[in-house]
Amino acid sequence: MGETIIRTEKLRKTFGPTVAVKELNLEVKRGEAFAFLGLNGAGKTTSVKMLLGLVFPTSGEAAVLGRPIGDREVRRKIGFLPEHFRFHEWLTATELMRMHGRLYDIAAKQLAERTASLLDLVGLGRFAEKRLHGYSKGMLQRTGLALALLNDPDLIFLDEPTSGLDPSGRLLVRDIIKDQRSRGKTIFLNSHLLSEVEVICDRAAFIKQGEVVEVRELQKLIEGDITVSIRARNLSPDIIQGLSQWSTPIRADGEHLTINLASELLLPEVVRYLVSRGVDLYSLSPKRLSLEELFIQIVGTEGGL
Amino acid sequence: MRIWIIAELTFREAARRKILWTALLLGLAFLTLYGLGLHLMLTGPAAQASALERREGTNALLIVGLYAVNFLMVMMTVLSSVDTLPGEIASGIIQSIAIKPVNRWEVVLGKWLGFVAMLTLYILLMAGGVLTLTGVLAGYTAHNVAPGLGLMWMEGLLLLSMTFLWGTRFSTLATGVLTFGLHGLAFIGGWIEEFGALSHSQAAVKLGVITSLIMPSEALWRRAASEMQSPVVNALGVSPFGGASVPSTAMVIYAGLFLIAAFSLTLRRFSRKDL
Repeated sequence: MGETIIRTEKLRKTFGPTVAVKELNLEVKRGEAFAFLGLNGAGKTTSVKMLLGLVFPTSGEAAVLGRPIGDREVRRKIGFLPEHFRFHEWLTATELMRMHGRLYDIAAKQLAERTASLLDLVGLGRFAEKRLHGYSKGMLQRTGLALALLNDPDLIFLDEPTSGLDPSGRLLVRDIIKDQRSRGKTIFLNSHLLSEVEVICDRAAFIKQGEVVEVRELQKLIEGDITVSIRARNLSPDIIQGLSQWSTPIRADGEHLTINLASELLLPEVVRYLVSRGVDLYSLSPKRLSLEELFIQIVGTEGGL
Repeated sequence: MRIWIIAELTFREAARRKILWTALLLGLAFLTLYGLGLHLMLTGPAAQASALERREGTNALLIVGLYAVNFLMVMMTVLSSVDTLPGEIASGIIQSIAIKPVNRWEVVLGKWLGFVAMLTLYILLMAGGVLTLTGVLAGYTAHNVAPGLGLMWMEGLLLLSMTFLWGTRFSTLATGVLTFGLHGLAFIGGWIEEFGALSHSQAAVKLGVITSLIMPSEALWRRAASEMQSPVVNALGVSPFGGASVPSTAMVIYAGLFLIAAFSLTLRRFSRKDL
């Protein structure tokens, strides 16, 4: 990973007196799966719409695929599945795909083949000639996913891609994202399903009140911070204080201690320290910090709409 | 190229959603009724009338027929297009088009052309049908058919452009209310001008002209009617359809500029709109 594919600098959007995006500073590299996380109303969708050229920034700068946002030729290389996917429902899935493909200037023969293979990929091959108004929400979302891949884009924006899908649909989305990544495509994912983000994405930006407050590498999250619950006796205040060389904060409640460690590798050292000071150790349960817990730590629970 | 894809999509949507077919079916019912009425008029006691009376009577019925066509054309133009921009903006459908390598102005122009194709087809079928029936049944050919139909077409384009203009800013309902409301003003302004001319009230005529400057749609119909109306009626100035105070060529040019300005403003607004 090297080339920057999305770069924003102090990107801001206001709607009258309402600040939707306060100051967006972001950098996404080619080939990564990047998650954009925040509470409802944090400015995620507006940010994505600005990157797609659907919403015009009030101030700030941004470039996508090396060109200013909204550039017509860049849009040829972008795919987008909106959160509220709505299409011309009087068309069949095949007609919809072909109409959109013509807007990308895809040759008729290639378009016909690609339409058929993508509709098969998302499990809609049997329903390709059925009008969209007869589709369920999940089927429409699958159609939207096929549409987002129609132009074989370099950069794919997925805004809540699994919100209308059943578990098998979610697995399908996960597989498609993995496949796209293996082909060097860049994924920009907005999702509230943090367990999926954790599995799929390389990095995550946490947005709060229209501002990126933290960017984390998710692989480091897996290898990194763990919470350890300890049950022990003979814990003196000095011994507990001594644990601060590995952990802050420390929560102590009688025989129960909870500490945070930067890595699982520190665990034997902590055990040696406690035992060497005569502590009777009854149980010790390490637990990796989930993305959900990290999310709550970073953006909190208040302010969502 | 992309403009034509969007124009085709718009036209196909009207056909698929039965807007076009319903309008055409009712149009055929209208033409059947018109033809039957004309036939009964020509074969009834009026058959004994003089050639001049028959000709003027036929012309009067023709103008009434075209007046009804004009009314239906106004309704169809506004009702079929009123939802195209505000509806697709509100639902988010427009997003899937706007993220394609297509300029915003191409989206609007494509949609506009789709509706222009429908409007043209409708006028040709309806007004052409009325004129053909009159020609076949009564052997009567209207005066200045091409400029007359051209002016009706221009009225449709003007209303279509106004619908698009409001649609970039307001909801579907508000867009419809605004367009019909303005056309209503133009309509009553036209009648005030007509009656002002008949009663020699310059103030009323001026009021009508000012109304036409605010919304020149009805002025185009009155000029169209005057073009196709019998020269005798025009000379006497007794027709309720633009006989007494005929909108000038300057007003027609103004309407053309108004149309261009409205559509240009639509393109500009939509190109800068957050979707």
